[in-house]
Amino acid sequence: MRNTLKSVILLAPGLGWLALFMVIPCALIFTYAFFERGVYGGIDYIFTFENFQRAADPLYLGIFLRSAKIAGLATLFAILLAYPAAYAITRAPQRYQTALLIFVILPFWSNYLIRTYAWIVMLNREGLINQSLIGLGVTSEPLPLLYNNFAVIVGLVYNYTPFVVLAIYSSLNRINRETIEASEDLGAPGFTTFRRVILPQTITGVAAGGVFVFVLSIGNFITPDLLGGGRLQMVGNLIYDQFLSARDWPFGAALSMFLIAVMMALLFTQAVLTNRAAGEGRAS
Amino acid sequence: MTTSDAPRRTFARLTASTACALALLAGAAHADKIVISNWDGYMPPDLLEKFTAETGIEAELSVHATNEEIMGKVVAGGGKGYDVLFVSSPFAEALHNLGLVADIDHAKVPNVANLYPEATELAHDPGNAYSMPYAWGTTGLCYRADRMEEPTSWMDLLAPADDLKGKVTMLSTDRWLMGAAALALGKSLNDTSTGTLTEEEELLIKAKKDLLAYDDSTFYLKLVSGEATMVQAWDGWCNYGIAENAEIKYTIPKEGSDLWVDTIVITKASENKDAAMKFVDYVLGQDTGVWVASNILYKTPNKAAMEALDPALIESFPNMGMKPEELIKYEQLRDLGKGQKEFARTVTQIMAAQ
Amino acid sequence: MKMGAGLKLHLVLFYAFLYVPILVLMALSFNRAGLPTVWTGFSLEWYGKLFTADPIIKAARNTLIVAVISTVLATVIGTALAVGVETRRKSSALDAVLFAPMIIPDIVLAIALLSFYSFLNVTLGLHSIILSHVVFNIAFVVAVVRTRMRNFDHSILEASADLGASEFTTFRRVLLPAIAPGVIAGALLSFTLSVDEFIIAFFTAGPGSSSTTLPMQIYAMIRFGVTPEINAMATIVMLVSFTLVLVAQRADKEVFTR
Repeated sequence: MRNTLKSVILLAPGLGWLALFMVIPCALIFTYAFFERGVYGGIDYIFTFENFQRAADPLYLGIFLRSAKIAGLATLFAILLAYPAAYAITRAPQRYQTALLIFVILPFWSNYLIRTYAWIVMLNREGLINQSLIGLGVTSEPLPLLYNNFAVIVGLVYNYTPFVVLAIYSSLNRINRETIEASEDLGAPGFTTFRRVILPQTITGVAAGGVFVFVLSIGNFITPDLLGGGRLQMVGNLIYDQFLSARDWPFGAALSMFLIAVMMALLFTQAVLTNRAAGEGRAS
Repeated sequence: MTTSDAPRRTFARLTASTACALALLAGAAHADKIVISNWDGYMPPDLLEKFTAETGIEAELSVHATNEEIMGKVVAGGGKGYDVLFVSSPFAEALHNLGLVADIDHAKVPNVANLYPEATELAHDPGNAYSMPYAWGTTGLCYRADRMEEPTSWMDLLAPADDLKGKVTMLSTDRWLMGAAALALGKSLNDTSTGTLTEEEELLIKAKKDLLAYDDSTFYLKLVSGEATMVQAWDGWCNYGIAENAEIKYTIPKEGSDLWVDTIVITKASENKDAAMKFVDYVLGQDTGVWVASNILYKTPNKAAMEALDPALIESFPNMGMKPEELIKYEQLRDLGKGQKEFARTVTQIMAAQ
Repeated sequence: MKMGAGLKLHLVLFYAFLYVPILVLMALSFNRAGLPTVWTGFSLEWYGKLFTADPIIKAARNTLIVAVISTVLATVIGTALAVGVETRRKSSALDAVLFAPMIIPDIVLAIALLSFYSFLNVTLGLHSIILSHVVFNIAFVVAVVRTRMRNFDHSILEASADLGASEFTTFRRVLLPAIAPGVIAGALLSFTLSVDEFIIAFFTAGPGSSSTTLPMQIYAMIRFGVTPEINAMATIVMLVSFTLVLVAQRADKEVFTR
């Protein structure tokens, strides 16, 4: 009884908030998926499954797969960059750690759009990077760094890596220093300590950070537009366009429901795998 | 009583009480104050102040980035809180068809007399029943005259010469993107028959390979920096490029252009329609038109203003000199109605093409 | 424990990766012609313009209000939620609800919330943006704090209770210090997401400049390509934040040592 009460006090505000400001409003939008688009963009309340049939078009599956690939690559690179950085921060003297962490996130209090413009300045044909490469004699012709998938991935990695650092830091910091020291004292090489002691305990942090990058990337529509030159259609652009350009809310709702279902399945699979990996870490 | 019911009940109570609290936050709008949503920088910075000084009506500006966004917001919220909106004509038309904008009482807007006669008979709203034109112009090709010959056809953009491959951009806004193909194929801009859409799709997917990018906000900068040599552009925006580099020029291909019109509408939800009409009237005054033409470098359908323009401006930016009779030769983009679904799918197909 | 040379090098390069675009952005605030991507010469003009640009300053203030309040709310509510979820038996339904705000497309949440507010006849303003931002912020706080809660030795809580500590004392003295890095990380995440969020803010904002946030203002401004004031603004924000962190670090080591 006591535990139930405690549980209610902890859970009620958050779940209440989400119920009121997410579940109910979104449920209303999702009912539109069962009705027809009005001729001028409103909703005609005529029951139909047409929107789901339209959403089953391989065209949209293709867009999902391509954006999942881009988002997946961004996630991979973000983790590779963020992990050692987060690890380095936890090994810095304790009193500097919070400051180091804030310095990771601070650039992202500027503004997404002007950071993106800064990347355009760096990546374009006459940009800083091309000029440096030509100056160093690495290449004689400017490289096509902008308006392609490469630029989109760079933009996504740049903007979302800090979130991975935060997530990994949060899990890394928890590791018992004595365990690491004991492992090192016992003469285990650095990599073994990392693989056997540190990695299994931080896998949940890596997973959480990875999820952040993946979901934020797949839903992004500004980076593909500006750095990708609009040639790459991400799921974010697709759904945004259905609601705002095509003004087809029923179809947008149907596509969103598909997206949410697939993403939920991915997230649950990810959670199961993470738990298993963390469990194996504990067992060994 | 099982324990598992407790959280559910608490939860229900919490939801109910929060809903009540929210309902209490609801209130009535202030009298004699209007809210205007416009693109940032699209009207004189001191306009609202002067309007308030002259009429005693308070006016507040809200900014939107695109037609699509403000349209979405007005549809979802019923337009509550907004009195006057600046949107492009197909959006004004859709808002009208959805019953979200009010009719304009010409007796309360005497400055309508400042408009060119051509601007009172626009296809989307003949007689300006619910919308007043604010600025208008064409969509054509903006190019670097020091790097290429003057382009003459839309095909110069859609199938560029070898030295232009990877150095051209197209507008990313769906209607104008498709518009380039429609004009090149000699079709109507508002034709959504399957045959036409298929032809346009094929043409645009082929054209995509030679593009530097789709861009509807920084294309003129790409000309200035030299990343691009030719871009599909709205005439007014090409002028921003011309202002930076005199070698940049604007031309309308032989197949023609669309006539774009940015309009002012009054929301049906407005609780202060008289004040809103006074505002529309104020904006249609000569001064605002002159400001728009000389600062934004857009043509306005305001005859009084265009006649008062400094001739030097037209010399620097030749497209500012286009006459209304030339403009109205071109077709306007219209709301696509039933054709929208098929149109949207075609656009997605093009944007998703590899 | 020390940092190896390799790690140190990685950290330095990592900070360089994060800050080089910021230096470019700062340099553009001194760009004469006012083009966001083309360099044309040095000028301080935009700083002068910024101080008279009321809408930008007002929007920056609104953004700060929204970000701070929604971060505080989401951090408190989200931390409680994470603790609650991790101390009860596993529930997939609960997990789904907590994942949902991260994967529902922004535009869907934006339109859903505006339709909902409009249905209830709620007056829109900064408060409605805050209510909406808390939704996705909660999900990110919960995710980070839950990471921290995993492998947490729950027997310590029982030991504390056995020793006669009240629930609250146990929470404050035992649990909170243990999960603090997660809470801080969650709060930083929330703040950062909220500062940059555009589409939900646009839809749930009240009409008029009194609830225009900086991203809304900036997106609206790019139509006419005027952004150097914004770069000037960001430069000032960066420099002030940077200085504040350094000063706090020097003045009050306590805060940072925990």
